[in-house]
Amino acid sequence: MDDIRELYQEVILDHNKHPHNFFAMEDADARLEGFNPLCGDHYTFYLKFDGDRIGEVSFEGSGCAISKASASMMSAVLTGKTPAEADRLFELFTGIVTGKLPPKEHLEELGKLAAFAGVAEYPIRVKCATLPWHTMHGALHGGDERISTE
Amino acid sequence: MNTFWNEDTMTAPSATDTTGFDVEKVRADFPALHQEVYGKPLVYLDSAASTQKPQIVIDTLAEFYGRYYSNVHRGVHHLSQVATELYEDARRTVRSFLNARHEEEIVFVRGTTEAINLVAQTFGRAEIGPGDEVIVSEMEHHANIVPWQMICQEKGARLRVIPMDEHGDLQLEHFEEMITPCTKIIAVTHVSNALGTVNPVREIIRIAHAHGVPVLVDGAQSAQHLPIDVQELDCDFFTLSGHKIYGPTGIGVLYGRKELLQRMPPYQGGGDMILSVTFEKTVYNEIPYKFEAGTPNIAGAIGLAAALKYYRGFDIDAIVAYEKHLLKYATERLEEIDALRIIGTAREKASAVSFTLCAVHPHDIGTILDQHGIAVRAGHHCAQPVMQKFGIPATARASFSFYNTRQDVDRLVDGINQVLEVFT
Repeated sequence: MDDIRELYQEVILDHNKHPHNFFAMEDADARLEGFNPLCGDHYTFYLKFDGDRIGEVSFEGSGCAISKASASMMSAVLTGKTPAEADRLFELFTGIVTGKLPPKEHLEELGKLAAFAGVAEYPIRVKCATLPWHTMHGALHGGDERISTE
Repeated sequence: MNTFWNEDTMTAPSATDTTGFDVEKVRADFPALHQEVYGKPLVYLDSAASTQKPQIVIDTLAEFYGRYYSNVHRGVHHLSQVATELYEDARRTVRSFLNARHEEEIVFVRGTTEAINLVAQTFGRAEIGPGDEVIVSEMEHHANIVPWQMICQEKGARLRVIPMDEHGDLQLEHFEEMITPCTKIIAVTHVSNALGTVNPVREIIRIAHAHGVPVLVDGAQSAQHLPIDVQELDCDFFTLSGHKIYGPTGIGVLYGRKELLQRMPPYQGGGDMILSVTFEKTVYNEIPYKFEAGTPNIAGAIGLAAALKYYRGFDIDAIVAYEKHLLKYATERLEEIDALRIIGTAREKASAVSFTLCAVHPHDIGTILDQHGIAVRAGHHCAQPVMQKFGIPATARASFSFYNTRQDVDRLVDGINQVLEVFT
């Protein structure tokens, strides 16, 4: 049971149950879908800029607790960040959940995201945790999927 | 749950199964079942994805590779003759298992997926034209949808779908009206992998034949749970996957009615499927070799025959009764869990229970059960239209074989309660 709690940390379960920023944004600057055909996780992410910074991130859709909590926490963390800062967090997050970066050395930068360090022990679940981040990374750097505000 | 035995003597209960089936004797034949996963005894409830292998199959493969191995249908030498004899013996074993009329009606393929693709690409390519129709059902596995979609797209034909109700029973009231002179083939699953529904295929075949339309029965989930007699079913094609019926991976069977197989063009070109080749003209071999280009999965076929002989060594009626008992027990125990919803409550089911848990995604169920040593499948089960029908992204599925026990079910229920504990 202790092992499984390493994966399903309280903060993850909380965000799964009560996800932050869980709504479709009408006036988004960018919108991108994230889909994992293997397990059926399916989300749409919305992004609004505030000058050079990320003004607001929201999402809707369905998926497992890991993916939903990851999306929820990501949406909260990215608000107010510059795209460069978001890229840094993307590197860090994908680094710790894939086991490539030791979370202990980046605790301050990671903040609450450190809760996802347990995912590294569950290779099959890594994609659940990274799906929101990969999608957001695409929304920040991709071209085609961007939608313009009216 | 019975309470009159001590929990410490967990091997005792199987003897109390009301069917009198000696499941411990069966389990002794399957070495993979006797291991621990994350420090817990394995509970393997994923047999619909693939079954574990009895020792006799493992030994047969080792013995074949170790002593008798050679290519088939080629050499004049001793080993090639032995290998050919074993390979053709395997075909005879499959013929007997399915009660096909003729040995040459048995084509070895990689599995059900290849068997259906073979029929779609040969029978389909020859028989289906613009404006024609192919009928499948709403509960098909992707393997019995996509090959037909591909040939329909290529030919300008239309794929029509027999609907199902909210229990997972096919709605056959208007089935006969769906059949028109344009209907070229009906392809339907015998047992649904996602819902466990047993379809009334004999009735479907009877109606189809009254209109002169051939029927393919996808037996990937039925041959290991129900007695199969292709003559009694009167089906035109029947498919099975070896790895789902205690045999090796990469081997499966297409049964085809002789007259149809003879009429059909070959599948792949290559060695073994020809009688003579010049650059001007090739004469194709007789059936079934016409459909078996290249060196076949010789060991797989021999291993499959060992699995079928092993399985047939049991009283099939006793297996059916035991599995039915197990499914009933699992259904009853799972229904005790308030947060649990069983997906698929058809009138007749075989050996699989799909379910969802309120507010817990199947993927999370799968991960937590796994930590308790319980192997289930979580996902859309390659049947996305079924998930869409029930308005869910995925389910968790526990599937049973005759080597599973009531304690396996109890462990599953305990595991689900642990899942709920984590999530509430």
